Amino acid sequence: MAGRALGMGGGMEPAVIGARQADGSNGSHEPAFALHVEDLTATYSGDAVLWDVDLNVPPGVLAAIVGPNGAGKSTLLKCVIGAMRPAAGHVYVFGHPYRRQRHRVAYVPQRTSVDWDFPTTALDVVTMGLYGRLGWFRVPRRRETDEALQALALVGMDAYAERQISQLSGGQQQRVFLARALVQDADLYLMDEPFAGVDATTERAIVDLLKDLRARGKTVVAVHHDLQTVATYFDWLALLNVRLIAQGPVTEVYTPEHLRAAYGPRVVLLGVGGHAPQP
Amino acid sequence: MTGLQGWLDQPGVTIVLIGALVGVAASLLGAFLVLRRESMLSDAISHSVLIGIVLAYLLTGALDSPLHVVGAALAGLLTVWLTDVLVRSRRVKSDAAIGLVFPALFAVAVLLINVYARDVHLDTDAVLLGEIGFAWLDVVRVGPLEVARSLLTMLVITLVNLAFVVFLYKELKLATFDAMLATALGFRPGLVGYALLALVSVTAVGAFDAVGAILFVAFVIVPPTAAYLVTDRLWRMLVLGCLVAVGSSVGGYALALAFDVSIGGAMASTTGVFLLVALIVGKHGIVARALRRRTPGPPPSILRERETGGAP
Repeated sequence: MAGRALGMGGGMEPAVIGARQADGSNGSHEPAFALHVEDLTATYSGDAVLWDVDLNVPPGVLAAIVGPNGAGKSTLLKCVIGAMRPAAGHVYVFGHPYRRQRHRVAYVPQRTSVDWDFPTTALDVVTMGLYGRLGWFRVPRRRETDEALQALALVGMDAYAERQISQLSGGQQQRVFLARALVQDADLYLMDEPFAGVDATTERAIVDLLKDLRARGKTVVAVHHDLQTVATYFDWLALLNVRLIAQGPVTEVYTPEHLRAAYGPRVVLLGVGGHAPQP
Repeated sequence: MTGLQGWLDQPGVTIVLIGALVGVAASLLGAFLVLRRESMLSDAISHSVLIGIVLAYLLTGALDSPLHVVGAALAGLLTVWLTDVLVRSRRVKSDAAIGLVFPALFAVAVLLINVYARDVHLDTDAVLLGEIGFAWLDVVRVGPLEVARSLLTMLVITLVNLAFVVFLYKELKLATFDAMLATALGFRPGLVGYALLALVSVTAVGAFDAVGAILFVAFVIVPPTAAYLVTDRLWRMLVLGCLVAVGSSVGGYALALAFDVSIGGAMASTTGVFLLVALIVGKHGIVARALRRRTPGPPPSILRERETGGAP
């Protein structure tokens, strides 16, 4: 775990120590962190996909979770939202278990995880973001539809509201998913590969959207796969390869040593030489 | 009342009504099975409920106890659970798992009938094809009316399924489209899925007496699939599926009378006729696809969308 110590920003070290002291002392675990993952271990049929991961994401940052295929990035998000039960460890969102903080979290699954031939419209998919607020049995009404339309407008998709979702391009589908997260008006946004398979226009639109969220004090934790853009799009970085390799401000974590520790010695990096480009 | 009784006393009316109710009850749930790519689970369930019925019979000694429904629902869920267990091994894929589980349960049920219930009306032909033509003979009194037992059972089941789909429409839609988001938002997609399959099992038992496993599976899969080829909206898919099911019941009965063939077989064939029509002329059918290929329209324009009133 030397890598983690290396990766920590100088100012983060005392905070982590503080987290240890706060454990179990009261109902709240490190509310100073938007996302606080503690000793998380997860397995698929006996094979560890996450091993003893400690993650601390402070509020108000755009955090990327980066690592090679099979590093457990998506699994980490699934453990946070309770879609997968970890073998060990705890997850806290703003100091409380996820179950008590659902209304403050918006989750964007991988675009390819759903069937886009499903018989429904872009507007309807965005409205699904409000189902949590509605709860069981209550149906969306005019107010929910209006909110969903506004969210679609934020991603430039209001003109496609009544379009069947299979008639949208990959980038448009990703924007619909982002609108569905925006409509939840959450404090923490968990996104699984938001840039996967989107066009350049959508990529720029998503980056602007993320920066806007950060400007409004929101926290974003996104699984990301593109090493070339991570330092320009994000300001906080967690390198993961089953174990946590390093975490902290992207300027400190995005170093050749850390990336080699995550990806192996053969990783080829452009524009990385001790100092990464500023976001 | 005498007017209604007069209607119900006609075998044809009772037969068509039973067929239509089985069709509506099955296709309401079938729409979600088709969208979840689990439609073959209905085939598995429709066979393996037999073991629930047989065990309920061996326990109670009666063929029409309410324990039937419980036994069948449990047998259906057992099928689903065993399939899940096999799939989770990651060496058996879901189609193979279904193929492994239900023949086993069905075979055990047939053996149990052979050994313990030889003298009972529980033969395997009836399981597969049903006896809708004779359903009107077995009547029960409801207030002033004499109603065919199957008709009454299917009416109750249809109302339960309708209530399930109406009241849990939002939850079913979310769990079907995006189970991950459903979990994140605190809905229990697994629970919703098991509730859906429990109702499929109960419907299979109700249908089992009247129409048999084959027509049941046809009603679960074919009307929603035909509707799916025609529309892009879930609620329309549900409504159209029901209409196709009712149409198949009426049309199938007419067909059976005209050509003196099996009523259940004629109804199942008629669902196929609707499917064929949808496959050819539907929005996502062969003709529409061929036309789209020949004339690739202009790329979707935002302006054009606005003119046609894209947003409400």
